[in-house]
Parts: sequence; structure tokens; C-alpha cells
Amino acid sequence: MRFGAHIRLLVTGLLLTFAVAFAVPASAQQVNPTADAVRERQFLDALKGNPQAELQGRITIPDQKAATLERPAGRDWRAFHQGTMLRIAAIAILGTLLVLAVFYLIRGRVRTEAGPAGTTITRFNAFERFVHWLTAGCFIILTLSGLNVTFGKLVLLPLVGPQAFTNLSIAAKWAHNFLAWPFMLGVALMFVIWIKDNIPTLTDLRWFAAGGGIIGKGHPEARRFNGGQKVVFWSVVLGGAALSVSGFYLLFPFYAGGVLNLQFWNVVHGIVSVLMIALILGHIYIGSIGMEGAFDAMGSGEVDLNWAKAHHSLWVEEEMQKARAGADNRLQPAE
Amino acid sequence: MARMKFLCDADRCIECNACVTACKNENEVPWGINRRRVVTINDGKPGERSVSMACMHCTDAPCAAVCPVDCFYTTADAVVLHSKDLCIGCGYCFYACPFGAPQYPKVGNFGSRGKMDKCTFCSGGPEADLSPVEFQKYGSNRLAEGKLPLCAEMCSTKSLLAGDGEIIAQIYKERVVKRGYGSGAWGWQTAYKENIAI
Repeated sequence: MRFGAHIRLLVTGLLLTFAVAFAVPASAQQVNPTADAVRERQFLDALKGNPQAELQGRITIPDQKAATLERPAGRDWRAFHQGTMLRIAAIAILGTLLVLAVFYLIRGRVRTEAGPAGTTITRFNAFERFVHWLTAGCFIILTLSGLNVTFGKLVLLPLVGPQAFTNLSIAAKWAHNFLAWPFMLGVALMFVIWIKDNIPTLTDLRWFAAGGGIIGKGHPEARRFNGGQKVVFWSVVLGGAALSVSGFYLLFPFYAGGVLNLQFWNVVHGIVSVLMIALILGHIYIGSIGMEGAFDAMGSGEVDLNWAKAHHSLWVEEEMQKARAGADNRLQPAE
Repeated sequence: MARMKFLCDADRCIECNACVTACKNENEVPWGINRRRVVTINDGKPGERSVSMACMHCTDAPCAAVCPVDCFYTTADAVVLHSKDLCIGCGYCFYACPFGAPQYPKVGNFGSRGKMDKCTFCSGGPEADLSPVEFQKYGSNRLAEGKLPLCAEMCSTKSLLAGDGEIIAQIYKERVVKRGYGSGAWGWQTAYKENIAI
């Protein structure tokens, strides 16, 4: 009896299988629903409308970043990094050096026309100078380690060989990662201590109109910071902020966004960096060989009175008034 | 010399992830790093496809172009390899790679990356073939043993093909002719700037 039941079940099952097989139309058996599945060609065509598109799928491993099957946007970043970035950097840096060299040959060193007065006036106190050199020192190392990433393999690698260049580049990478923080602190402190003297005014327009006293003849008047210095201040503050934000995202990959965001921040970081380097080259020039007496401001902090009168006449007047007021106060008899 | 390539016939991939497991085991890949992965596109919809993807060993590889320390090299078999001694873990190859192949073990502060790791087409690295140090840094060197990458060799449906580009393209072409439609050879246009014309 049990054997008969088994046979019946088997026969019924077979009959059902055949019934199902024949019930399906012949045409349906030929259609494979995946035959029309998305191809790479279609994806690449879609990219023409949106070059930033990524092909996302589902994945079973924990790393969800790996769910991106293809991301051709890296090619644009590559073209930027290997082409545009090199050109912008080379033009900005070498171009600035060339302009400065030509300018030096034509204009020469800007002298203090009245000659040294012998007496000095305090231009930057110790804290201001500390903040300046903190930022400046970090900036120079950040510049060299950053340029190494773009130009190192073209310039340094053939000179020192692969292993030495790698050791150097690893040290440069760590220096770049860590010195970014004191640099950010320095920029923030500079912003706080110098903002009050860097609000743009009409005096700055007149200063620019007169060529800043370095291109034209005669010195336009200026308060503590002239128009050019204010440009440097705001460039450092805003550029420093842009470098800080973009650098922060690069320092903490995937903190916000994916690879496309990293590519974007890398482009911002690169372009702002080379513009800052060009600007600071000009700043270093005018603060060293470009102008007599200018280095003292950040060196000892004491500048010659005649230099100060020539370049920052209004500021000297203010300081003199303050000093007189202070002296008057001290002269008041005790009551 | 052969021009080694991968070809995933997505029509055959059943998303079993055996290639992923085989790769991890054969090369003793560190925790958290997957040299090969299977991505399912259009999951649960008509036209769903699974594609096994790893480094495609591109012609004119973007990773090699952007590397700031030039640690990449291409072997005689056209496999793109790199030196972990020279890599500084900057992450640029990951920015440039269209397939997300380069990965980094996380070491130390911030987002600092260790030496990059990626698929080697089971052909080790710059160290002496089949040496312990080569295995420790890069994993297996099956090519030096006359074998092909394990992921493809053990693919149960033979969806993933690895080997000389012309031979695997021929195998794929025959399949396409027999079944009447292709699956697009994912990654070929991007990696090799070529399609398999049928």
C-alpha cells in the first residue's frame, strides 16, 4: 500500500512538471530577462551627460565603499593632477619668481629716502612675531612637502633614487599632516590679532592709486597696514581657511562624502596652495631683499622711525599721539 | 608575452562570492581589505546583473600616472604591480582608479593610510618570485608557478575569466554567439579602451 502511494505521488509529480512545461508558451522560453541588462556601454553613454556619475550596486562585504562598480571620474582628476595642476603650479611659482627677479633688476632695493633716523618704534610685539613665524615656518614646510607630492617625482626622484625619495616623501607626508595644525592655529591667531587693523578703507584705494609707493614716486599715506598688506592679510586668512577646510577633508578621508569629494577637495587644496605660494613669494621678497628696513618689523619688531614715517605715516602719528597721551597721563601729579 | 586581462561574463555570474573568498584565502589578504568583490547592479529588478570586479590591470593605468613616488610598474605580462617598499600611502591611486581597486590598511593617527594593497593578478610583487617576503607583502605568485589567478580558476560557472586577453575574448565571443547576446565585458572599455566586437 505504501509502495503504491509512492508511485502515485511520483507519477502525479511528473505529470505536473510536464503540464507546467507545456503550458508555458514557446516564445517565453526564448526570452532571457537579463539579456537586456545594463551594459558598460550604456553606463559610459550616460556619463556623457553627467561625468561625475558612479555606478553603484549592492554588495555583501561590510565595506560599502566597495559597492561602486565603476567611477570613471578619476580620469578627470588624473588629467587635472598630471596636467593642469603642474601647469598652474609651474606658471604661478616660476612666473612669480621671474616677475620678482625682473622687478628687482628694474626697481632695485626700495631705500628709505630720508635715511635711518637712529631711533626706532615698536611695530610688532613678541607675541605678534611669534604668531607670524609660527605660521610662516609651518607654511614653508607645508609648501615644500606639498610641492614634493606634485613635482617630487619629476625633480627629486631622478636625483636621489627611489628608496631615498620614498623615505623623504613619507617624512614629508607626516610633516604635512602634523604641521597643518599649528598652521591653522597660526592663521586663526593672526586673524584675531590683526583684523582690527585690516578693515579696508578709502586710504587703501588712494594707496593703490599711488602705486603703493613702490611702483610710483613718493609714499602714499597708510595706517598700520597699507593696502598691499591688507591684501596679504585677507589672502592668508581666506586662503588659509580654504586650505584648512580642504585639508581637513583630505586628512580624514570619507569623513564626509566619497572619493568624488576627495577629488574635489584635492583640486581646491592644490589650486589655493599654489596661489598662496605665489603670494607669499612676493611677501618674502618685499620683506627681505625688496625693501630696506622692512625685515626689522618681523625680526626685532623695532623699525626705524624714518622707515615707519615713509611707509605708515598715519600709523606713526597715531602711535605718537598715544605715546604723548600716555606721557601726559604719567605726568599727572598724584592727588 | 601575453597581455593578461580579467573578463567577467556577467550573464554567468551567480554572485556566489567564491572568487572573493578564494582571493582572500590564497593571498592572505589583511582584514578589512578586499582585492576582489562582487557588485550586484539592478538588484531585485529585471536585468539584475552581478559583476566580479578587482584591479583590471589597465592599459595606461591611472594609478601609475598619478603616483607621486612612481611605485607602480607593468610586468612583461602587462600586469600592473606596485612596490610596497616605495608606496607612501598617499591615497592618490584610489582617487584616480575607476574601479576602486587600491585599498589601505588604517594605521596610526588621522586617516593615515598604510601601504596600498590591490589585486596582483596572483603574480606577487617586485621581490624574488615565490620568496616568503614576496608572499608576506603581496600574496601568492601563481603566475610564476605557471597558473592563472585563483579567483578565475575556481569560478564555478566560469563567469570570471583570467588570462591572455585575446584567448579570453575568444571564449567570451563563442559564448555570445551561442546564446545570442552578450553581457558587455564590464570594465573593458574603461580599462583597455576596447570592446569585444562580435
